[in-house]
Amino acid sequence: MRPLEERIADQVRQIPRSGIRDFFELVQGRDDVISLGVGEPDFAAPWHIREAAIFSLEKGSTSYTSNLGLHSLRDSISRYVTGQFGVTYDPASEILVTVGVSEALDLVCRAFLNPGDEVIYHEPCYVSYSPSIALAYGVGVPVRTRVEDEFVLRAKDVEEKVTDRTRILLLNFPTNPTGAVLPPDELEKIARVAIDHDLLVVSDEIYSELLYDGNGGMDRGEHVSIASLPGMKGRTILLHGFSKAFAMTGFRLGYSCAPHALTEAMMKIHQYSMLCAPIMSQNAAIEALENGAAEVERMRRAYARRRNLLLKRFHEIGIPCFSPGGAFYAFPDIRKFGLTSNDFALRLLEEESVAVVPGDAFGSAGEGCVRACYATAYDQLEVALDRIAAFVGRLQS
Amino acid sequence: MDALVDLLQREARLSTSEIADRLGRSEEEVAGMMKKLEGSGALLGYHAVVDKDQFDYVPVSALIEVKLTPERDGGFDRMARRIAKFDQVTSCYLMSGGYDLAVLVEGPSLRDVAQFVSEKLSTLEGVLSTATHFQLKVYKQSGFLAADTHEDERLPVTP
Repeated sequence: MRPLEERIADQVRQIPRSGIRDFFELVQGRDDVISLGVGEPDFAAPWHIREAAIFSLEKGSTSYTSNLGLHSLRDSISRYVTGQFGVTYDPASEILVTVGVSEALDLVCRAFLNPGDEVIYHEPCYVSYSPSIALAYGVGVPVRTRVEDEFVLRAKDVEEKVTDRTRILLLNFPTNPTGAVLPPDELEKIARVAIDHDLLVVSDEIYSELLYDGNGGMDRGEHVSIASLPGMKGRTILLHGFSKAFAMTGFRLGYSCAPHALTEAMMKIHQYSMLCAPIMSQNAAIEALENGAAEVERMRRAYARRRNLLLKRFHEIGIPCFSPGGAFYAFPDIRKFGLTSNDFALRLLEEESVAVVPGDAFGSAGEGCVRACYATAYDQLEVALDRIAAFVGRLQS
Repeated sequence: MDALVDLLQREARLSTSEIADRLGRSEEEVAGMMKKLEGSGALLGYHAVVDKDQFDYVPVSALIEVKLTPERDGGFDRMARRIAKFDQVTSCYLMSGGYDLAVLVEGPSLRDVAQFVSEKLSTLEGVLSTATHFQLKVYKQSGFLAADTHEDERLPVTP
């Protein structure tokens, strides 16, 4: 018999182990850790949403739904997206409900890439972009964004990477792991590049509600979606979901909004692989969209307060960190301490029992930084910051 | 300003500097905002939200529905203010619907509360009737759930 390792398909074998998973295993065995290493809210989903899920189970809604998702949910999504992004999609043919944005991203890669087609994305970035592209036989082409530039993606850097094989430009603003947002003028330039080179744009806007503008981040500020720019709706696949703003990670629910022909192609794969997203999650999502705004804002303000603490303490401790405009991550620059991201995170874990994620887990452009998630109870965050101060104090002495 | 009120309603015990940390303001700014709020009468006071069921000695609380005769000038205001001034009254609201005032009362024993209702409240001129409902158990008060323990079930490191 052939060795089992040899039976694993090449494109799977070639995917490197996730840096996040390595780190998870180190943290898992310890019970005294304060973790700033998570990528999800510390809030449970708001009660009215959980209650809607319970009600849907009670009344016996346990069947399959339309492949596209419940029509009533797609109606709600269409209204919500119009309000949030200023773009309107037809609920009957342009919206597909998926099992998280992760599934939607996989569908995009499989639906729109032929083997060898290139996808430009910005690094540091969410960990699944590169593997999702590779699993669809595509070629990922990362564009570096830099801490000095507050991880803004520059249109000229994108344009340099465009070849005759480039098919998709993949964007994620606000960004996991950096919390970066794009200035509207740069977004317009990037849209220009997409139009000039006839690229599809896939825009993962999962953090778009979690913005921090003036007044110590208490003002939410306005999110501009690339789909709303002139000439862009017809070439953009807008991805969004319920995990972050509504604190519904475990419900595993996302959606894509795209022109009918593109939605239809993604649906073809979705109907055979997933069939439909879970109906109880879909029912809960309707409640979230129709009645969730106040709770979203309450949670956003809680994140804003923690973000203020984190940035102030980093400044006092002497850890350079730009002010992230969105999501619930800070991405401090730790180069001055003379350690790699990985060593910094490992020693911080070993010596002070605080978990942060090494920046290079999000691509080589993340080296020199670590990701600290501030979706953690305020008092825990205070203790974590005291420990980080002690650790950094020792490094500098 | 509403960000400050928002915060105080959950965590009134924070020091000026702790509030400043959370709101991304200077201590001086926060002190100024607090002074303005207190001076304007918008901030009535600060108190701890206590689950009294957790203590050996549990005072008696009751909700009393009060029907009043409205007065020609001022409707219910004069009577409502008068009732609200009793120390036993912890809250007093004018209501729509089947009765006029909702009066929340607290006393050391059932007898004290009953005595307050029969001797003070119902004897006031203008009080047409009262209906007293004693509180049996607290599930939520002032926005806080009683006996609520939410454990963080998240994995320690996730993407």
